[in-house]
Amino acid sequence: MPNLRFTEKPLSEWMKEGGDHSDVVISSRVRIARNLVQHPFPIVASAEQAEEVQGQLIGALSSEPVQSVGPFEPIILKELDDVDKEVLMEKHLISPSLINDSRAGAVLLAEDESVSIMLNEEDHLRIQCLYPGFQLQEAWERASAIDDAFEKAVNYAFDTHRGYMTSCPTNMGTGLRASVMLHLPALAIMNQVGRILSAVSQVGLAVRGLYGEGSEAIGNIFQISNQITLGLSEEEIIDNLRSVVLQIIEYEQHARNRLLTESRLRITDRIMRSYGILCYATMMDSKEAFQRISDVRLGVDLGLIDKTSVTQMNELMIMTQPGFLQKTFGVKMGSGERDMYRAQLIRDKLGNIHVED
Amino acid sequence: MVCQECQKRPATLHFTKIVNGEKTEFHICEHCAREKGELIPGTSGGFSIHNLLSGLMDFDSSNKGQVPGPAVQELQCPECGMTYTQFRKLGRFGCSSCYKTFDDKLDPLLKRVHGSTAHTGKLPGRAGVQIKIRQQMHELKQQLQKSIADEEFEQAAELRDQIRGLEKQISQES
Ligand SMILES: [Zn+2]
Ligand SMILES: [Zn+2]
Repeated sequence: MPNLRFTEKPLSEWMKEGGDHSDVVISSRVRIARNLVQHPFPIVASAEQAEEVQGQLIGALSSEPVQSVGPFEPIILKELDDVDKEVLMEKHLISPSLINDSRAGAVLLAEDESVSIMLNEEDHLRIQCLYPGFQLQEAWERASAIDDAFEKAVNYAFDTHRGYMTSCPTNMGTGLRASVMLHLPALAIMNQVGRILSAVSQVGLAVRGLYGEGSEAIGNIFQISNQITLGLSEEEIIDNLRSVVLQIIEYEQHARNRLLTESRLRITDRIMRSYGILCYATMMDSKEAFQRISDVRLGVDLGLIDKTSVTQMNELMIMTQPGFLQKTFGVKMGSGERDMYRAQLIRDKLGNIHVED
Repeated sequence: MVCQECQKRPATLHFTKIVNGEKTEFHICEHCAREKGELIPGTSGGFSIHNLLSGLMDFDSSNKGQVPGPAVQELQCPECGMTYTQFRKLGRFGCSSCYKTFDDKLDPLLKRVHGSTAHTGKLPGRAGVQIKIRQQMHELKQQLQKSIADEEFEQAAELRDQIRGLEKQISQES
């Protein structure tokens, strides 16, 4: 029986307020891809071959080096029901591809969920460290230590010329993907986000945002990550990303200051309206929820609201997604009902405001 | 805007990739992203740049228009059986031996994706030890050549013993 506590508590360590620049940086993530030598990669492995790799890597958990960086709890994907898988995905602990495409997929989780190690995703091993705020260096050091520990227990596929061999050529070399999740509401309000992010994409970094019908990103959340994994050292990759992110933080803070000095009344009105709607609405789709949560988060950061917290807004961001809603209320729901349950959950979280049926 | 993958649903994920100064935009729907990609924190779906590789993989223009007939001996990995055509189509290696098998064809692709072709980052501890031993052996062999040329046979014998010792160490390590 898989341990369900990971899907029952909504808050992972990374969602709690903390780390540097937590008013702009939601989280920092480092992922290292590794494969075992003499085992076909997951994309071509048979069910038996994939099971064998899973067995070897779970076996490595009891080795002394891995224990010293753990403990990690193995969770076998096929032993979970669909809702629990979705919840783990919404918490960013596993990827959709581990759910949909993996043979003998599994995830090894640290108790505080700051480490999740996917087995048999696109590569045999994907070590992911997810920290709150701006903590790229810390996340890298932790991931690298876990990498060292596994390397003592299993044989990695490594080539002195090409580096760590990954299934996809876009990951080979270091196998390192570092990314930072940013909340940029002030730049978005001032219509500067597109200009800045397109500049970012010209220095070898990838920018991703979630967009709706218009040009405004939903929730003003953007992820910036390295694209190059070969020919640079891990430290260079982390440093490049860090220096670009520091600049973006500066721009965002400048924009926030301008909002406060030039249109304080207007921005306060927008934030308080959003807070009111979150507290009292009885139907809310996910797009609106993301936008309102973004407004209130900005309000907390600017010191305009003290009734809630960044941690609570992060929690709402995760808990208002479909898997979590279903898990929380224990019912299967269509999208109309989901909008009702989403509004109810937000009301409950923000102050136990009950609406009579 | 319509999703460029399925041409049906509206594109909700927009993504820019810059390779060697060439900017390419991608617009896809959440469904296609979820089906194809890895998780993007902050979104309910995902999209991975791996899937964009199929375009980038078209680096071997010399093969264009050439239909591989049965007479053409195609590159194929002896370990996992992946052919070069499959590798290009999937954009993925099947095993570590694929790296050796397709090695001659990789440089243009890697230049395009990463701007370079060789790893300069972390070394595994175990491989690191091997690399050091190999470098040491290389130096000893050069000294051996020199001492033979200089007819210093006593020193040469000593060097040969050292090299044998290192060879044993390598076979034990691996
Ligand atoms: Zn589509
Ligand atoms: Zn192969």
